[in-house]
Amino acid sequence: MTPLTGYLLVAALLFAIGLAGALVRRNAILVLIGIELMLNAANLNFIAFWRYGPHPEALTGMMFAIFSIAVAAAEAAVGLGLVIAIYRHAQTTDLDKMNRMKG
Amino acid sequence: MTPVFYIIAALTIAGGLAAVLLKNLVHAALAVTVAFGGLALLFLSLDAQFAGFAQILVYIGAVAILIVFAILLTHGSDLPEDGVFSKTWLVGLVIAAGIFAVLGWAVLSSASGLSNQTAVPAVTVHDIGIALVGRYVLPLEIVALLLTAATIGAVIVAMHEKDGAK
Repeated sequence: MTPLTGYLLVAALLFAIGLAGALVRRNAILVLIGIELMLNAANLNFIAFWRYGPHPEALTGMMFAIFSIAVAAAEAAVGLGLVIAIYRHAQTTDLDKMNRMKG
Repeated sequence: MTPVFYIIAALTIAGGLAAVLLKNLVHAALAVTVAFGGLALLFLSLDAQFAGFAQILVYIGAVAILIVFAILLTHGSDLPEDGVFSKTWLVGLVIAAGIFAVLGWAVLSSASGLSNQTAVPAVTVHDIGIALVGRYVLPLEIVALLLTAATIGAVIVAMHEKDGAK
């Protein structure tokens, strides 16, 4: 197994764990944690391909990972703000109990 | 494939699994911090020092704190009496396992065709800074705008509603 394959398999496993967390947990905060794990797994792929790719001096994968980290930070702030707003409105963060769109 | 890689990978995967499986939200937030730290170590082991330290600063320094604050503000540390997993957990598990099977199959079956440069890339933080204000200056400005808008938006969304202002 080459190093690149190892990193890609770790990223795939982490993505699957994050997806499972986003799909099976009831708490909205845990769903956001799962999404963060999925974003991080994608970042690991970018960095691994940058490191073992033919042109690391072009910095493409590295730049994509850095911008992805910045966008993920914005996503986390807005997502957790939404969770807090919904909690204030419905007094719950249980996604199974949020079954209506009317306020 | 060095032993260091296996240790860091095991730490990261264990942190991710614990974050998804632990019942108490505070424990899950701690576990996801371990997973973020493991990912930062993986970035460092890939000779991406800038991304590794950015990961530590942004994820452990900001996102983990945000998650803890959200748990605090939503009383998330109280355990729900009817379980932490959704009614459709089996479907979610099957989908995640299927995605992992497809990704793993794709990686393993294309392993021989993947490029494998062993030379350490001679990229310094100086090069990254020059690239950020040169070729990537437009995305950088857009990210700055996005972060400003997201911060203001998050504050407005989470701000307390005044009575009668709905």
